[in-house]
Amino acid sequence: MGERPGTEQIDETTDASGVKKPKATRDAYGDTLLELGKEREDIVTLDADLSGSTKTAKFAKAFPDRFFNIGIAEQDMVGTAAGLALTGKVPFASTFAVFETGRAWDQIRLTVCYSNTNVKLVATHSGITVGEDGASHQALEDVALMRALPNMTVIVPSDAAETSLAIRAVADFLGPVYVRLGRAKVPYVMPDNYEFKIGKAHVFSTGKDANIIANGLMVDMAVRAAEMLKLEGIDCGVINMSTVKPLDEVALLAAAKASKILVTAEEHSIIGGLGSAVCEFISEHSPMPVKRVGVLDTFGCSGDPDELLKFHGLTAENIATTVRNAL
Amino acid sequence: MSLATKGKITNVQELMALSKKVRGSILQMLTKSGSGHTGGSLSAADIAVAIYFSKMNYNADNPSMPERDRFIMSKGHAAPLVYAIMAEAGYFHTDTMNTLRTIESPLQGHPCCQKLPGIEVSTGSLGQGLSVANGMALGLRLDKNPARVFCIMGDGEIQEGQVWEAAMTSAHYGIDSLCAVVDCNGLQIDGPVEKVMNINPVGDKWRAFGWHVIEIDGHDMQQILSALDEAEKTKGKPTAIIANTTKGKGVSFFENKVEYHGVTPSEEQLVKALEEINNG
Repeated sequence: MGERPGTEQIDETTDASGVKKPKATRDAYGDTLLELGKEREDIVTLDADLSGSTKTAKFAKAFPDRFFNIGIAEQDMVGTAAGLALTGKVPFASTFAVFETGRAWDQIRLTVCYSNTNVKLVATHSGITVGEDGASHQALEDVALMRALPNMTVIVPSDAAETSLAIRAVADFLGPVYVRLGRAKVPYVMPDNYEFKIGKAHVFSTGKDANIIANGLMVDMAVRAAEMLKLEGIDCGVINMSTVKPLDEVALLAAAKASKILVTAEEHSIIGGLGSAVCEFISEHSPMPVKRVGVLDTFGCSGDPDELLKFHGLTAENIATTVRNAL
Repeated sequence: MSLATKGKITNVQELMALSKKVRGSILQMLTKSGSGHTGGSLSAADIAVAIYFSKMNYNADNPSMPERDRFIMSKGHAAPLVYAIMAEAGYFHTDTMNTLRTIESPLQGHPCCQKLPGIEVSTGSLGQGLSVANGMALGLRLDKNPARVFCIMGDGEIQEGQVWEAAMTSAHYGIDSLCAVVDCNGLQIDGPVEKVMNINPVGDKWRAFGWHVIEIDGHDMQQILSALDEAEKTKGKPTAIIANTTKGKGVSFFENKVEYHGVTPSEEQLVKALEEINNG
């Protein structure tokens, strides 16, 4: 480790048993953006008064001339990012997911996607693990909003290491991208030798009974659910579908052909996100039962992030139960 | 010889002749397509002609030339005006104007940068051009590229909140390479701007947002040229030209008629309209 680009800044701090301590994906973003800023002059960053929370403040401090705080004005931030991209810059525009995708959706549609500008929308504070701030700040619809736009690539990394690799891949990629990150610390789940590629799913294992398709912080839970099911004699595989668009159809089809059922798991509304994307593809190409674990058609609420995950059934236990019931 | 290779034009008579030609192209294009925005294309014609042909550094044969000045028609429904100017400038053959608003045409109902080289960014959803103009100007500044950025908005358009977000950004970052024009023709789809949602006093608003403001008659070519010169010389802050114009300018039966915002001339009207423009 250490030589591979994108891994040098990962927090290697380990606990007593040698396991890497959890780290928020937003922290990995801030670290990687800073590194990219050192390596590339064309990287610029914009924020809408949340740079301390989105972690773009690290870039801002190091490269004040290439950082543009637009104030509390997400629509203007997106338009300004498009303009910067049109002069050859690679703008990373960040704020909370609910404001980035909701407040500025028409700006993303017209000046980013329709104009096909090289804008990188990296949003933090997605999902219910925003916690105590409550529903107004918990984006549960952002993947649906972004996935519906032509030309848009949508990525939901599972841990800090994958986030670093994804941000590097996104910087090299030409075209609009939405990256969905979180506020809470999440455990490392991807293997050390993992290589991130946009549009390529990571197959942890392929199950003969069931396969779980997950992304974001639900990947770790999916892995634990599969371990629980294994003890009961249920052969359940796990796929990290970190790129929601374009979907890795090859990996998905292989999982579908191998097993009797599929279960999706995401920290997002079951409407329009990963679960929907999987159902859309499976219903046309390999019809079979698909169950979706996610937030039901409802808003979130205030609370401790871990308690909120339990409250909404976003747990390894509930994924396992969903698999059992479907079989 | 295309105007692209002819260089900048500063002669008032010559520019006025170009305005007439551009107005004629707009009307012919719109009559042929049968849909599109007549009034707002005619009101901004003199300003747009002056910006393009007296001020802008462009190359129709190399639309992505890095040192080019940038032009954004934020009120994207004035697309026919942009197309008429681009045809005159040599970006495409004048016959292409006959394809306006048809399926395979690069001349979409509202400007599309992915289909027509020379369009800097797609517009059509109002209020977004100024933000993009700011971003371009900031990017050019980082590159120490002296290119300038022009952005035309409508007076109805500045009812959009994003315009004022962008106005703050331009002033906050002291973007003096930016010249914005508000085409104040006084009418929007549902009626007079002051009746639908009053925006007055327009000049005071831009001044309060930290802009250098120049108020002119948007059909007086001499005033337009002076304002564009003043904008170029103004340092440390962005310039807004508040251009008082007439919707449908140049054709008596379209002038100040709100119903001709999005209605095109009939064949009979076209003949009469072209006559008026050529004799005007």
